[in-house]
Amino acid sequence: MRGIATALRRIPGGRVFVLAAAGCLALLVAGAVLAPVLAPADPQAIDLDGTLEGPSRAHPLGQDRLGRDVLAGILYGGRVSLAVGFSVVGVSLVVGTGLGLWAGYRGGWVDEVLMRVVDILLAFPGILLAIALAGVLGPSLRNLIIALCAMGWVGFARLVRGEVLSLREREFVTAARVLGAGPVRIALGHLLPNLVGVLAVQATFGLAGTILAESTLSFLGLGPQDVPTWGGLLSQGVDYLLFAPHLALFPGLAILVAVLGINVLGDVLRDRLDPRAGPSGERP
Amino acid sequence: MIRRRLVTLVPTVLGVVTLVFLLVHLVPGDPVDVMLGETANPADKAALRAELGLDRPLAEQYLGYLAGVARGDLGRSILYRRPVAELLAARIPATLELSAAALAVALILAVPLGVAAARRKDTAVDRGSLVASLLGVSIPNFWLGPLLVLAFSVHLRWFPVSGRAGWASLVLPAVTLGTALAAMLTRMLRSSLVEVLGAEYLTAARARGVGEGRVLWVHALRNALLPVITVLGLQMGSLLSGAVVTEAVFSWPGLGTLLLQAIHGRDYPLVQGCVLVISLGYVGVNLLADWAYRWADPRVRG
Repeated sequence: MRGIATALRRIPGGRVFVLAAAGCLALLVAGAVLAPVLAPADPQAIDLDGTLEGPSRAHPLGQDRLGRDVLAGILYGGRVSLAVGFSVVGVSLVVGTGLGLWAGYRGGWVDEVLMRVVDILLAFPGILLAIALAGVLGPSLRNLIIALCAMGWVGFARLVRGEVLSLREREFVTAARVLGAGPVRIALGHLLPNLVGVLAVQATFGLAGTILAESTLSFLGLGPQDVPTWGGLLSQGVDYLLFAPHLALFPGLAILVAVLGINVLGDVLRDRLDPRAGPSGERP
Repeated sequence: MIRRRLVTLVPTVLGVVTLVFLLVHLVPGDPVDVMLGETANPADKAALRAELGLDRPLAEQYLGYLAGVARGDLGRSILYRRPVAELLAARIPATLELSAAALAVALILAVPLGVAAARRKDTAVDRGSLVASLLGVSIPNFWLGPLLVLAFSVHLRWFPVSGRAGWASLVLPAVTLGTALAAMLTRMLRSSLVEVLGAEYLTAARARGVGEGRVLWVHALRNALLPVITVLGLQMGSLLSGAVVTEAVFSWPGLGTLLLQAIHGRDYPLVQGCVLVISLGYVGVNLLADWAYRWADPRVRG
């Protein structure tokens, strides 16, 4: 949650916690990127002699119901989470920023229409719309990304539109207009550079939110079915809670570390890049 | 003021209904083929297509859907072969019960923790509540739930693993769903209370001889709760979508499990009904939060 990590860094010992969170995140990202090198086994390799086995030397985090290696699943699942996270945030960033700039600078009916659409999408609680979209489109990696993008751009559009409403009244924008700059040039050359800081912060929090949403959808069986995902591993693990709790434990821990670590990173970024945000993250 | 707020809701509600209507048209390929399977009997397919109105022009379907929603007619479920509205009505109490219990858990945890953290600012209590909040908001529902089951159902055998049968079965789902909200409210209450506790009107109250307990719990808390109510309204969305996930973890027979059944069974009228009811419920809850805010803060009554 925004602001908590900032508060945490101010208390004795808090810095250690923040550094530990960042370190774990770095390990997880490195693990995902280097999964083919690091994984102790092929994540899909079935070993019926080792079903539901706990951690061992050959399988540090144990084996699942088909004897597949849990560590390998988590490392490869991290690749899915990161790929989905970066693609959804990338698309949302571009679409949301573009629409926000257009609506905020032009105003009038464009702004009216955009804000109506935003209001309607925000009337669906949390990730309900993404659940419904992914459910209707069918479980696959592509549909998961589409469903999350459908929600993801809204936050960027709202943020950018609000910023532009105040920026466009500033003197440097008037000056550019007087000098003959067209709307596109003003939006991209003068307004956008002023938004880089807030967008970087929003994108970081967006990445954490997207990874959590992706895991949730995968947990509900709405993610890709042919590759391991953290949510998918966890959901299978829940079925064997009694005999093999490690199956639910480790994937959940990966999700927690990723989401917490990225949120902490977002807090640090906000302190650096967004001077107007207050100590608990609220903006005037 | 209230009437104006209701009027601005009309386009939003209409937009929600429209999007929900369009959901079925996003199904790749022919929804009837997807629902019944491509090898199904052509007569059955035609019958279902007619029942869903998919053989009519889009505009006519849309108007028909709007008229149906206005009458409370949400079509028939394909899985259950019963009216969607009837199925929803049967499941709503369970979801309301879970959400209300989660809200209660959140308040029961957040008010004492937030007040203690604010009164003992910068002490171990404050720091402990900070770390607890950070973990509370970050832990995913679908992991916290299984962890609680492992500890309290499997090992301690205090509560049932899943299902809805009496108070004991409500505890773990409510704690699972309420934890993130509790964490958020604790932080919010702490920071707003810290701000309020320095206010002059409290010094004035103390000078008039009002006891410290009354100053805190009556004078300070009422003002400190204002931002908390706003956050509460905003967070109802995550509470409701969290309920879908929590219901899935605990097989809680509410709207969330119904929605997932409908999705996995390709029962599109039922998917539409669930999404519509949950979203309109959310719009309604936001309206209530708005009213609660007006009640608590006479300055915005205007």
